[in-house]
Amino acid sequence: MRETKREEHYDLVVIGGGPAGMAAAIAAKEEGLDRILILEREEFLGGILQQCIHNGFGLHKFNEELTGPEYADRYERRVKTLGIEYRLGVTVTDLTSQRVITAVGEYGVSRIYAHAIILAMGCRERNRGPLQIVGSRPAGIYTAGAAQKFVNLKGMLPGKEVIILGSGDIGLIMARRMTLEGAHVKAVLEYLPYSGGLKRNIVQCLDDFEIPLMLSHTVVQIHGKQRVEGVTVCEVGDDGQYVPDSSQYISCDTVLLSVGLIPENELAKKAGVSLDPITGGAVVNSRRETSVPGIFSCGNVLHVHDVVDYVSEEAEIAGRAAARYLLGRRNTGRPVVVKKGVGVRYVVPQVIENVNEDLKLFFRSDGVYRDAYLKVSCNGETLYHRKRKIVTPGEMATVVLKNDVVASINDDEITVEVEMPS
Amino acid sequence: MKETRYLTCIVCPVGCRLTVEMEDGKVLKVSGNECKRGEEYARKECVNPVRTLTTTVRVDDGRLLSIRSAEPLPKDLIFPCMATIDNLAVVIGSGIEVGDVVIPNICDSGIDMIATKSLFPS
Amino acid sequence: MFDFAVIGAGVVGSMIARELARYENSVIVLEKEEDVSKGSSAANSGIVHAGFDASPGTLKARLNVEGSAMMSQVAEELGVAYRRNGSLVVAFDDNDMNAVSNLYSRGIVNGVTDLQIIDAEKLHALEPNISSDAVGALYAPTAGIICPYSLTVAAMGNAMDNGVSLQCNFPVEEICPRGDYYQICSGGFMVEARFVINAAGLFADDIAAMVGDRSFSIHPRRGEYLLFDRELGGTVRHTIFQAPTPMGKGVLVTPTVHGNLMIGPNAEDLMEKDDYDTTTNGQSKVIIDAGKTLPSLPLKQVITTFSGLRAVGSTGDFIIGFSQFAPGFLHVAGIESPGLASSPAIATYVIRLLKEYGYLGPKKFHFNPYRHGIPDLRTLPEDARNQWIEKDPRFGRIVCRCEEISEGEIIDAIHRNPPATTVDGIKRRTRSGMGRCQGGFCLPSVTEILSREMGIPMEQVTKKGPGSFILYGKTK
Repeated sequence: MRETKREEHYDLVVIGGGPAGMAAAIAAKEEGLDRILILEREEFLGGILQQCIHNGFGLHKFNEELTGPEYADRYERRVKTLGIEYRLGVTVTDLTSQRVITAVGEYGVSRIYAHAIILAMGCRERNRGPLQIVGSRPAGIYTAGAAQKFVNLKGMLPGKEVIILGSGDIGLIMARRMTLEGAHVKAVLEYLPYSGGLKRNIVQCLDDFEIPLMLSHTVVQIHGKQRVEGVTVCEVGDDGQYVPDSSQYISCDTVLLSVGLIPENELAKKAGVSLDPITGGAVVNSRRETSVPGIFSCGNVLHVHDVVDYVSEEAEIAGRAAARYLLGRRNTGRPVVVKKGVGVRYVVPQVIENVNEDLKLFFRSDGVYRDAYLKVSCNGETLYHRKRKIVTPGEMATVVLKNDVVASINDDEITVEVEMPS
Repeated sequence: MKETRYLTCIVCPVGCRLTVEMEDGKVLKVSGNECKRGEEYARKECVNPVRTLTTTVRVDDGRLLSIRSAEPLPKDLIFPCMATIDNLAVVIGSGIEVGDVVIPNICDSGIDMIATKSLFPS
Repeated sequence: MFDFAVIGAGVVGSMIARELARYENSVIVLEKEEDVSKGSSAANSGIVHAGFDASPGTLKARLNVEGSAMMSQVAEELGVAYRRNGSLVVAFDDNDMNAVSNLYSRGIVNGVTDLQIIDAEKLHALEPNISSDAVGALYAPTAGIICPYSLTVAAMGNAMDNGVSLQCNFPVEEICPRGDYYQICSGGFMVEARFVINAAGLFADDIAAMVGDRSFSIHPRRGEYLLFDRELGGTVRHTIFQAPTPMGKGVLVTPTVHGNLMIGPNAEDLMEKDDYDTTTNGQSKVIIDAGKTLPSLPLKQVITTFSGLRAVGSTGDFIIGFSQFAPGFLHVAGIESPGLASSPAIATYVIRLLKEYGYLGPKKFHFNPYRHGIPDLRTLPEDARNQWIEKDPRFGRIVCRCEEISEGEIIDAIHRNPPATTVDGIKRRTRSGMGRCQGGFCLPSVTEILSREMGIPMEQVTKKGPGSFILYGKTK
């Protein structure tokens, strides 16, 4: 048995060994940092990727189409090759603003002191609670992620006649997965008039199997005492109200919920990190540094991504920045607030600096816009202006500002907006 | 015989509604696409639709292994392949590495199913 | 042949079973569901009322005050979290203040101690987040909060540790008087007992009818609740009622003993005794009414909604006494609010009745009133937590990340009295799956642990007994 160490010191501790945590640790190591530790609560590295056995990962990063486990495997191998220390089955239960970590594992409670911390805990799925679905509380109501874990990691089928609420990518992917494993997916319901999922997933996960996508529909009541027996669904009008007389009963034995992801920032809150009420993640600068010095954040705990490749990219920024922070190689400038203009729901990072480096802004629109312009401006001066065929909330948009443009910013704020052609 | 098929283009988020006019299995005309890639997609999808199959298979020690087709399979082979996979257990032997072929030439498609994660005897 | 058969393993049946265990008698508890604490004891406000609400002279008034006074000791012996957070009955106008002053007088007659009427200033000092419209309140420092199913599980566990038998999945279908004993039948099985205690909650009238006793009836009255994220647990410190008006009793806003914020219940009379559905009307009524006390409720942070059924007796008071129709057959029925608060006193009251009639054996020499709960590692000091983990590393493996519940705690719940056999059983005992993700993460693990520890395939694991299976079998 390993000697129980109750107090330990590291330069950098990465909380979470999923795609964000691994990429951040690798980047920090490659930047020259040595004493790095990854803490992972599961018994394996890779996080949620291990249950995402479908393909579609890595197109940006590796220019090939990988499955979740394959994508994770590449990073896991790199972590091992670089000799980055990681610990599995360890849950961080507390974090202070002084970067003191309390972690629980089979070896007991340990306290870890870190000079820098990268938050990479990912997100959790929204469950039934806030949805105001009335009715009974039988077995057979699962988040899409729990169902995915049952099917892909435990080899168990959680339902046979299935209704899926929410047409985000996880819901779509599970529609196909359940169908392939012998279930009958009767419909995917989407509260909004459009799906937040990728077109490719709508075609290959629903159309291929003739699964109806009911836009502007939602589940209002669940029936069944012991196991789900059916749902009442309703049409949702433009005003967000249920359309009178639109309710219908659909019999089913399972309801899968794919109704949104929430960054798991309980630790960040404990450490006093300021959060963005829209993203649910930390407010960060372009180095992904939070409001608490030495604490960085990246991946789905910072804001929910739809493509893992962007998670890795963001994590590398955070990893490099954490290393430079500790190695005293920070390139700082004057802080500039990134304001959300018309059509923009959120932008990450929320603060940038006018340094001589390329800058990539990640943002989501607040609706679907066709043939619109993405515009970044500063004090009336346009820094970026480019047409996009479509901007949708389901696909994170990015804007790259060139280093000379960033360096030339001479005001305290810039604005990102979606501009409709006049 | 003439037929008209309707597709959603998956090449980019725009999701153009494509109309494909066909005769005897050949594409005559694609419309509704905003770009060239849409037409390519439509031709391919109508003549020889293919999909990458990702699923799991039992290993002879009872565990589960995630696998995928090394290349996209003809779409109509998806369910026959699932049936084949569900009825066999792959041998773990001294271990399986990511990329190892675990089911060669599935359903005589000429395409192998490969492991997407590594698994070693416990 | 048992000396006593207690029908119903709710908080009342379980507390009675525990008191009976102090005597040299054989006792069996018969429960129709797969677990204890499934009916009214599964879903209620969890309030240990101070005792000013019931009319003076009623059993409700007397046993509430007695029970509330006993609760500290009982909770300590049983290792159940109980907090005397005090309650406030808030008034919003002069009429309300009159109602508050009536409650005060009633409380004094009932023997409630430390009652005070406080003004708006003191009220807002006690509860800074409540509506500025509140003009004063009745303050009852002796009121408390407890988890109803934790108390029930612990009482039954302690009873079992002291020799009481528990038979779940035993819905009583027929009771045959056989002179000096009863035969109690369910699905081809039979239990014989000399005395029967009817603590069947919502179904106590049906049980009474089986021995020809139709002297009372029980009606289900549903109440709906909303439970909020623990992050909001500090919004209020006290249990906050609204002054009763001719329109109704209002709804309460309270912290739970586990640190959540909870609002509810409304009151809706039903015909069915098993309709635990939540409804659009019920939910909006609770939200609107609670909004009067606590404006701007963050509905996005609701983690679950549920409803409970009160077992409302036809007499208006607790119905505790021997049947006029069946000798040795004792009813403990109509135990609606303040039933939870009264439960320790109800149990001792029953013991006094049994003693009067000479039905009780001598006191046991070796009764152990203490039960160590499942260790709640999250709340333990670090050293204690490390000791548990050193003893068994599974106490270091966190399964439910929201409530920080370890595999060791879950396994403990499965192997101790009364054993958890379902996902909900685990949840009620350990709070695994009761946090903000509501089992999104831990359900697959909990299902697997139940399967392994009980030696059954995963597809036989249920959420809450027969028919509520989680899974349909292997994918391949």
